[in-house]
Amino acid sequence: MAIQLERDDVDQARDEWEQLTLLPFMERRPERRSTFRTLSGAELQRLYTPLDVADVDYLATVGFPGQPPYTRGPYATMYRAQPWTMRQIAGFGTADDTNARFRFLIAQGQTGISTDFDMPTLMGCDSDDPRSEGEVGREGVAIDSVDDMLDLYRDIDLEKISVSMTINPSAWILLAMYLVAAEERGFDWKKLSGTIQNDIVKEYTSQKEWVYPPKPAIRLVRDTIVFGTRNLPHYNPVNISGYHTREAGSTAIQEVAFTLASGIGYVEEVLKLGIDVDSFAPRLSFFFVSQIDFLEEVAKFRAARRVWARVMRDRFGAKKAESQRLRFHTQTAGASCTAREPLNNIARTALEALAAVLGGTQSLHTNGYDEALSIPSEPAMKIALRTQQIIAEESGVAGTIDPLAGSYAVERLTSDIEAGCFAYFDEVEKRGGLVRCIEENFFQQEIADAAYDLYQRKERHEWELVGVTKYRDDTGNPKVELHHVDEAAAERQLQRLRATKARRDENKVNLALAEIARVAQTDENIMPATLEAVRARATGGEIINILKPIFGTYVEKPIF
Amino acid sequence: MSGTPRTIPVRVHRDLARAITAIENGYASFDDTVATLPARENGKPSFVVGVTGPPGAGKSTLVDRLIEKFRVGGETVAVIAVDPSSPFTHGAVLGDRVRMQRHSGDTGVFIRSMASRESGGGLAPTTHDAIALAAHAGFDVIIVETVGVGQVELEVVAVADVVAVVTVPALGDSVQTIKAGLTEIADLFVVNMADRPGASRTAVDLKHMVRDSGRDIAVLQTIATEGTGIDDVMVALTAARASESTNAERAVRFEVVRNIRDAAVRRALGVLEAPRGRAVLERLRAGELTRLEAREELLVYALAEVINAD
Amino acid sequence: MPIKVLVAKPGLDGHDRGAKIVARALRDAGMEVVYTGLHQTPEMIVTAAVQEDVDVIGVSILSGAHMTVFPRIMKLLEERGVDDICVVGGGVIQEDDVPQLKVLGVREIFDADATTQNLIDGIERIVAEFGRARKRTDAATPRP
Repeated sequence: MAIQLERDDVDQARDEWEQLTLLPFMERRPERRSTFRTLSGAELQRLYTPLDVADVDYLATVGFPGQPPYTRGPYATMYRAQPWTMRQIAGFGTADDTNARFRFLIAQGQTGISTDFDMPTLMGCDSDDPRSEGEVGREGVAIDSVDDMLDLYRDIDLEKISVSMTINPSAWILLAMYLVAAEERGFDWKKLSGTIQNDIVKEYTSQKEWVYPPKPAIRLVRDTIVFGTRNLPHYNPVNISGYHTREAGSTAIQEVAFTLASGIGYVEEVLKLGIDVDSFAPRLSFFFVSQIDFLEEVAKFRAARRVWARVMRDRFGAKKAESQRLRFHTQTAGASCTAREPLNNIARTALEALAAVLGGTQSLHTNGYDEALSIPSEPAMKIALRTQQIIAEESGVAGTIDPLAGSYAVERLTSDIEAGCFAYFDEVEKRGGLVRCIEENFFQQEIADAAYDLYQRKERHEWELVGVTKYRDDTGNPKVELHHVDEAAAERQLQRLRATKARRDENKVNLALAEIARVAQTDENIMPATLEAVRARATGGEIINILKPIFGTYVEKPIF
Repeated sequence: MSGTPRTIPVRVHRDLARAITAIENGYASFDDTVATLPARENGKPSFVVGVTGPPGAGKSTLVDRLIEKFRVGGETVAVIAVDPSSPFTHGAVLGDRVRMQRHSGDTGVFIRSMASRESGGGLAPTTHDAIALAAHAGFDVIIVETVGVGQVELEVVAVADVVAVVTVPALGDSVQTIKAGLTEIADLFVVNMADRPGASRTAVDLKHMVRDSGRDIAVLQTIATEGTGIDDVMVALTAARASESTNAERAVRFEVVRNIRDAAVRRALGVLEAPRGRAVLERLRAGELTRLEAREELLVYALAEVINAD
Repeated sequence: MPIKVLVAKPGLDGHDRGAKIVARALRDAGMEVVYTGLHQTPEMIVTAAVQEDVDVIGVSILSGAHMTVFPRIMKLLEERGVDDICVVGGGVIQEDDVPQLKVLGVREIFDADATTQNLIDGIERIVAEFGRARKRTDAATPRP
């Protein structure tokens, strides 16, 4: 009764404000636009008041950090205990080159490792594959065999620092290489911590790295999750990703909805094996972007946690709190960075990083100012890292948990994104589930339409890019020193590959590959056979190729 | 079937491509363009296969499989893939060849996309000529892939020896999605994505339709993405190829009706543009006539014009 | 007559958001756009360009491998006896590399800020200036 009365008071007061204060003022000074929209196109209200969050019950919906629904954060103390992991991605040339960059970043205060592989490795091609020409070691590090993996993390204590690897169609192979490298260096698998991206679903819809069709590819993800559950207690066997979906042009709601829908799909796959959800769900991790629309992003992260908590509890009956707890890595948005006036990107990245921190991220990569021009240079990475450190040490936000909770605007936006997610889950169900939606290009069409809509808003100047579409200085674009691609790295890698092949026992390799092929045709877990092959120095491309006739290869149907 | 499949020289690919462009854009006559192509070696007539069906049925994937099979049989294949032009901008995005790109390095295969242009979403006006040119260039098999405005392109019967209509299992009432008139043009029905629910039901419904039509039309099921059922399609195509040209009569009937229809449309449009027609429309605009009255008046004029055409 | 453009994605790079928006925009400007999909080799691109007899090949490349890809495409066009297809490009291409690409015969590299209108205007201009001379001989009687 009292709350209702209070609401009526506010309602009435609001009406009065509109009549007596707002409208007269608008007559003298009209607003710049009739409608203000977020980056995703959602309408932003002029003002949010208690009326806008009347349906948001603090205890049930917002709650407390470290317990379901986790809206305020996955841990009870969040950054008061330790800041998010500062994890700048690195990868170029050969393993030696990248190892040097890892050690530079750690010396500058980075607290986690993140590895970027070259296009051939990402696509399951060896460095000597004809399709690899011109691309070896260019956009990331070239890894053909476990010999490369040993050099990649040389002098790095894998039991003390967590290692993330951004790899998808060949993820299970690279995980095997990582594990064998760790084993050969005397590390205990049970003490390894890290993440492998291994989220093949978003490849079909967004990042477009694939080899096999969806069904066998999802089986490989399932096998990795199961293997991880049994052998790697501190390792995240998947990093279910929304970053790429958003970069492909989706809205914030689609980013979260499609990501969590993939998560639901993977959970269902593993459950089919009769494994208990609480035994593997706690180790599922996620990866989101942080884009430039500040309020929408903070709300998005909070909504993602709440949605996942509810899905795990209500749909899958998870009993452990950790099964409902969504943990995520964030990268600031590459798509928001401009080639023009690149130093402006430092400001953009800083805002995006702040949004991610206020959204409660566990791990963060901040882009370099040169993100639109090249893979990151050392100076760009240093500033990007310092940006995170300034937020952690100087801005004060790390000293209190989820400070934007209770903001009428942020809570309203959070709830709206949550509602949008559940609407998409229903739609996916109606259309026959995750795999059917991929095959019928449902996600791809939604993304293409959202991308086109944003492009049109930009063309109409409803969304501006400072320095590019507005405040443009045509006197010339400031030059920045870019990462220098070592064209000789490719040849060095080819030599490494030749040396590996010369040293190994061909017979052993062939037997091991045959065993992988055999396992692939059963429902056994693919990891043990893969580990054996990797130990024998089979290459990534050889393992991928042996399975092509068995699994088939994928050709997309492009959606415009 | 011999060892190495035949190929067509790259130079001929280029000349054929240019000839088709010349015809498409009206820069040259058919006879001029044909003269740029080498004389045919064996004079064996090309086998023209029409593949039509609604968007998303998997036609391109099916065509990709058929190319593979024909190549294994040693024959050269040209594909003409027609996609609709935007009625507003007259532009088009032509993406059918994505599904066939694995044949890119095979000089025995030629793939050409054509936008439907002013034909309103059906066959491009010059598809007929493009097929003839491909035949002249020496391709043994010519596959025409098309989507019609009404979801299935009926006109394809005018150009093809055999017409395959591709559909997918529909949920619920399946035959609704299949237009009447299809049994007039189809030589075989292919239910693709046959691993989906409803596939058998759709096949049965099609068989009933076929039975009622009195024609001999095969109903097959395929999973084109996996290559399942493709051999059966090839058997049906080979059988149709070997039989007498049953399509000739259907093709001629179709063309006669269409030609008359097109001529009538041109006449009717002429009436509307002529002073008499324009006067009626003026009076409609001024509110002196209702729509019904204007229509009745114009119909009298137009019908007289069409019937009295010399 | 509509300009026919091949939008090409060479190499292993899967970033096609820009290429698809360009394809759509060119269609909306009345052009016929052939899209051959991702992961194309220069051979596949040139084969498609020849068979489709396009006016323009538009290469979208973000991987940094442009100094390998463009020379290969230009060489293949020459080998196939095709000298009237204009090649343009866009994506992540360093300013410093542009002069060398132009020496190879690439007509235009559109920078990251180019709007789709810039692309449309650029393509129309390039085709008008460098495209095949469209000689109208005896036009065929349009068939019904």
